[in-house]
Amino acid sequence: MVFLEFEKPLENLYQQLDKIKQVGEAGDIDVSDKIGELEKKIKQTRKDIYSNLTGWQKVQLSRHPERPYTMYYINQMCKKFVELHGDRYFKDDKAIVGGLANIDGINVVIMGHQKGVNTKMRQYRNFGMANPEGYRKALRLMKLAERFNLPVVTLIDTPGAYPGIEAEERGQAEAIARNLFEMAQLKVPILCYVIGEGASGGAIGLGLGDRVYMLENTWYSVISPESCSSILWRSWDYKEQAAEALKLTPDHMSEFGIIDGIVKEPLGGAHSLPDEMAKLLKRHLKKELSELMELSPEDRIKARINKYSTMGVYSRKKTTTEEKV
Amino acid sequence: MGWFKRLKDGIITSTKDKKEAPDGLWYKCGRCKEASTMKEVRENFHKCPHCNYHIRIGSHDYFDLIFDGKYEEIIDDLLAEDFLEFTDLKSYKERLEAAKKKTELDDSMSVAVGKVNKQPLVIAAMDFSFIGGSMGSVMGEKISLAIDYCLETHTPFMIISKSGGARMMESAYSLMQMAKTSAKLTLLAQAQIPYFSFLTDPTTGGVTASFAMLGDVNFAEPEALIGFAGPRVIKETIKKDLPEGFQRSEFLLDHGFLDFIVDRKDLKTRISDMLSFFPVAAAT
Ligand SMILES: [Zn+2]
Repeated sequence: MVFLEFEKPLENLYQQLDKIKQVGEAGDIDVSDKIGELEKKIKQTRKDIYSNLTGWQKVQLSRHPERPYTMYYINQMCKKFVELHGDRYFKDDKAIVGGLANIDGINVVIMGHQKGVNTKMRQYRNFGMANPEGYRKALRLMKLAERFNLPVVTLIDTPGAYPGIEAEERGQAEAIARNLFEMAQLKVPILCYVIGEGASGGAIGLGLGDRVYMLENTWYSVISPESCSSILWRSWDYKEQAAEALKLTPDHMSEFGIIDGIVKEPLGGAHSLPDEMAKLLKRHLKKELSELMELSPEDRIKARINKYSTMGVYSRKKTTTEEKV
Repeated sequence: MGWFKRLKDGIITSTKDKKEAPDGLWYKCGRCKEASTMKEVRENFHKCPHCNYHIRIGSHDYFDLIFDGKYEEIIDDLLAEDFLEFTDLKSYKERLEAAKKKTELDDSMSVAVGKVNKQPLVIAAMDFSFIGGSMGSVMGEKISLAIDYCLETHTPFMIISKSGGARMMESAYSLMQMAKTSAKLTLLAQAQIPYFSFLTDPTTGGVTASFAMLGDVNFAEPEALIGFAGPRVIKETIKKDLPEGFQRSEFLLDHGFLDFIVDRKDLKTRISDMLSFFPVAAAT
């Protein structure tokens, strides 16, 4: 088990539990009372820690090395999954995966950012930072979904679109922009979940949908707290303050009306009970899909565009003519 | 809607009462270091008379260069709000106040309607001097309302981009302006109203990754920095020096993301030529 810094009290308790279990296994003494007591304590401590997380702690949780990624959810939720590769122009981006999936009898096209589970795979997946071909693969799959009237599900988990020379040469900006343009008018339902990190253009490139939800321990922002700190505070040391200032937590996003709601995680975060998390996500997703599929494509697109059209906060200047009114 | 009422009321703000630099003042080119008078620079379309460097200019300078004389400013009553109470070294509120004072503008975008060789056009143009031309809720709403205006009046639309990207101090709201503006542009496309995207130095981040790359025609000024990630971020990520001319207009033209590059002296003619190919049926 990997413990984050703010989970240290938990780590101590788990260590005590291990020791007592060893004593118990050694024989003579009955430790079941002690074990029960410790397990209770662990539960309470977990509750205390997790009921009051700061923005930065949510960011840390969203990056927990044991947190489930897109492929985990796909494998857990889908009876059948046929992965489809490639953007048909340049190559297959390993940082975005997707394909045809069957979720309890519902056929969908599902896709998402994919991070690697170990050092080697993290490199292979480019840390979940997609190149233009990733966004173009995603768009190809969405168009496939549209042609065959299959709803689209996207899982968002990226520290950002990759900032590299080749990415610029091949049009990172154009690829993301094109996705936004096409997703706005896609005839089939689009259902999006932020399952980890929702950083900037790299996230929204898969994130324009009829409904957008965030898992409980995730974040969504125009910029990562680290980059924000380096630009606005001119130092990398203000990431905690930046995380607070950006108001990037699911609670804030929900309050602002930028997302449609929050999917609860098991106590201790998605990584503590990943299979339970996958069940919760599947249940949520099925309900949402059935609601979205009842609408006509025209109504769905109209509502989708209306939703985004009203996003923004500003005031109106008082002019002499308006004051008269 | 604000703009509609103001138009009916006949309130026309032509060129904002901007302070023109006195003709006698000297301009020293940042690139070739040669000096010219402000008069020479202005008569040369705000370019260095010695090396043709395109000096960064503001929204109203472009309106003056492109429109036939008079134009009407529309959608000019929106103000940014510090609704997140965002504070870094300064508060967003203070940044807004300072920018307003410095530029005498309300935000980083102005919208105007006018004629280009007698052909109507709506232009939404950015001011880099206002918090780096950053895109927040006001810019998003101005673009959105400008598109509504174009849909109602069947007028072609152009955005002049000059921006560091999304405005961090509005966090996810600024990110959502990418979705908002792109979604609204689909309505123009459906109505067969042309949208021109004109990219000037610099155009990066969320602006490039949304409406700036979505023109029916994308074109740029020479040597403008255009990209998704900023050069500094790329350099820090790949830990290598960037090639000469990387992310400049000529680089983007070569890689297929621009239709052409236009010298500022030919700008008006080129826009006028393009408009003649996209006749828009009059509003019913
Ligand atoms: Zn010069």
